[in-house]
Amino acid sequence: MVPLANLPWLVAPPADFRQQARELRSAASACSRELARRLAGYRLDNNQLHSLGKVLPQMAAGEPDRVRLGVLANGTVDHLLPALTVSALRHGLWLDCVSTAFDQVAPEALNPQSTINRAQCHFVLLCLDYRALPLHVTPGDAQGARQTVETALQYLETLKQGIKSASGATIVFQTIPQIPDGSFGSLERSVPGTLQWLIEHINTELRARLDGSSDLLLDTAALAERVGLSNWHDLVQWAIGKFSIAHALVPLYADWVGRLLGAARGKARKCLVLDLDNTLWGGVIGDAGLGGIVLGNGSPAGEAFLSIQQAALALRNRGILLAVSSKNDDAVAREVFRSHPEMLLREQHLAVFQANWQDKASNLKAIASTLNIGLDSLVLLDDNAAERAQVRDALPMVAVPELPDDPALFAETLLAAGYFEATRFTAEDQQRAGQYQANAARAKLLESSTDLSAYLRSLSMQAVCGPFDRIGRSRITQLINKTNQFNLTTRRYTETEVEAFERSPDAFTLQMRLIDRFGDNGVIAIVICVKEGTEWVIDTWLMSCRVLNRGVEQATLNYIVSHAKLVGIRALIGRYSRTERNGMVAEHYPRLGFSPVAATGAQSEWRLEVATYVPAAVPIEIVESASEQERPAEAPVYLAHARGGA
Amino acid sequence: MQSTVLDRLTDVLREVFDNDAIVATPQLRASMVDGWDSLANVRLFLEVERAFCVRFSASEISSLQNVGELADLINTKLRRSSS
Repeated sequence: MVPLANLPWLVAPPADFRQQARELRSAASACSRELARRLAGYRLDNNQLHSLGKVLPQMAAGEPDRVRLGVLANGTVDHLLPALTVSALRHGLWLDCVSTAFDQVAPEALNPQSTINRAQCHFVLLCLDYRALPLHVTPGDAQGARQTVETALQYLETLKQGIKSASGATIVFQTIPQIPDGSFGSLERSVPGTLQWLIEHINTELRARLDGSSDLLLDTAALAERVGLSNWHDLVQWAIGKFSIAHALVPLYADWVGRLLGAARGKARKCLVLDLDNTLWGGVIGDAGLGGIVLGNGSPAGEAFLSIQQAALALRNRGILLAVSSKNDDAVAREVFRSHPEMLLREQHLAVFQANWQDKASNLKAIASTLNIGLDSLVLLDDNAAERAQVRDALPMVAVPELPDDPALFAETLLAAGYFEATRFTAEDQQRAGQYQANAARAKLLESSTDLSAYLRSLSMQAVCGPFDRIGRSRITQLINKTNQFNLTTRRYTETEVEAFERSPDAFTLQMRLIDRFGDNGVIAIVICVKEGTEWVIDTWLMSCRVLNRGVEQATLNYIVSHAKLVGIRALIGRYSRTERNGMVAEHYPRLGFSPVAATGAQSEWRLEVATYVPAAVPIEIVESASEQERPAEAPVYLAHARGGA
Repeated sequence: MQSTVLDRLTDVLREVFDNDAIVATPQLRASMVDGWDSLANVRLFLEVERAFCVRFSASEISSLQNVGELADLINTKLRRSSS
């Protein structure tokens, strides 16, 4: 598991990152600014922040989101500047940093002709720790302690006045990170005038005084607490380099500054888009049904999904919009929000509800358009790595946090990423989500301009195909019994019956495993054909909905036909039996080029001539699996019927 | 195994200075590398700590004259921690 200090919600950079950063130096165009934005979005270590941060300042000419940040600090700051520059770009701002000679906080703030003041910065960051404040440690002296707190705050006020009268900059104050150990132990924060007591009271007072102010608060004390004071402080690093913040925490600290400045400039995200299956509940609703999904108190997994819904609701209560984007039947998905007793999220909490079989990028565009916000205001929470990658590729301006495997950690990862940073909380924020109440609109899908076929090719999909075998038997039986949506005939077989198909010379069986660049999806399609004369009747054809819109159906048919040809089969007969759940495959056979034969109310029959079938081009490589079992020996049809060549 | 430590130091130096031309040799010192100022020196030591899982004291850092002495010190620390 990636630790918090390494920004786990970001994607690791490519191996040639330094090379790409270097290439930015040669070109300075809109194209390279796009590349710079993308590079800044990766999970970068100090060296990488340094390499990229040095290049960015010269690229910012003409950018509207250009911001000048002055940094006043009592510790070393030069190594922070590249990190700040990159992190600000991650949050939409091109930063020019202005720094000063070492430990010149008061002279720089108070002298109207100082470097900082002449630079006329938009923001000035007061990067101060407890050593920068005039603190008199007087344990037991309550009055003296209160005076010390007041003096420290007065000092900060003086710095602020000096800067504001010279340049009008917005001040970014920092709360003071606690020190790890006092001399008292448990009494340390109860005895007035100890260092920890002073720091705690200064922070409380600072937060109160900044309430409603136009200046900003960076709660570094909270951040230090979050990562642990042992990690935040490094006394050796202070000794050798006057590093106030441990070097390993610089990337996270810089990201906190970036998100705060971004928020101040209106760049904070406004809408959380939620996937459904395995994100808001465990399991796939289309297959499992209301009774089969995992949600609720009483199981660790169920509680994990509840925590995700709780986090979403909390965000909604402070003015962040919620939307749903899921590959599901609309009615089936909405039913969960309407009827499942454990759901915390209901339709009324959602501003837009997109449940369909289109690709996610198109749906996100529709959501942004409906809400009249930019794509750069969206965050997508999705458990599926392939979906996340598709969206990042197609819509780089949408924030897509990387998630760990365990859903119990989704909420924490989402909140740690700080996409929804706020600089104020108003009555309007509290009411915003309510303006979309009872709407849950289904947005009209826009014309998809995203290059889906290029994306599918980039997945490097491989379908490993083979007959039913002993090893796959229990998984095959499970799929046959639990797949409801993409299931043409919904015939259920016991394991004994599945074993019989393995051995039957009249049956053609297929289990297909799909592997892509994200890993092995496991067995995702099952086909059973039964020989009737010169035809194969497709007794069973089912597929996992996860792999819809990838060309798997066409690849499956290509495979069936190629094997049919080998043994002289002349036609495939497809049958569809409508159930409550499988409406999505009503047109499956005509879509694949079958011709209608017959149709009654809930049944239809279709036919495909093998000889005239042209294999569809698919972005999937078919691989015959090395099964331990051979296909049962079949007498080729032409021998049995002496009808001439197949 | 000083050559292996030097190889790994070459990688660290290249990452810290963003310069693929640097090669760690025993005689290499700060004055010979562009941008190796006092701040870069501190950054370098912190990256070496991370790469080799060792810790330096302030006095150790200020006492080293060249990369060869750094490699020797790393070897001493690695031997000590494995014994």
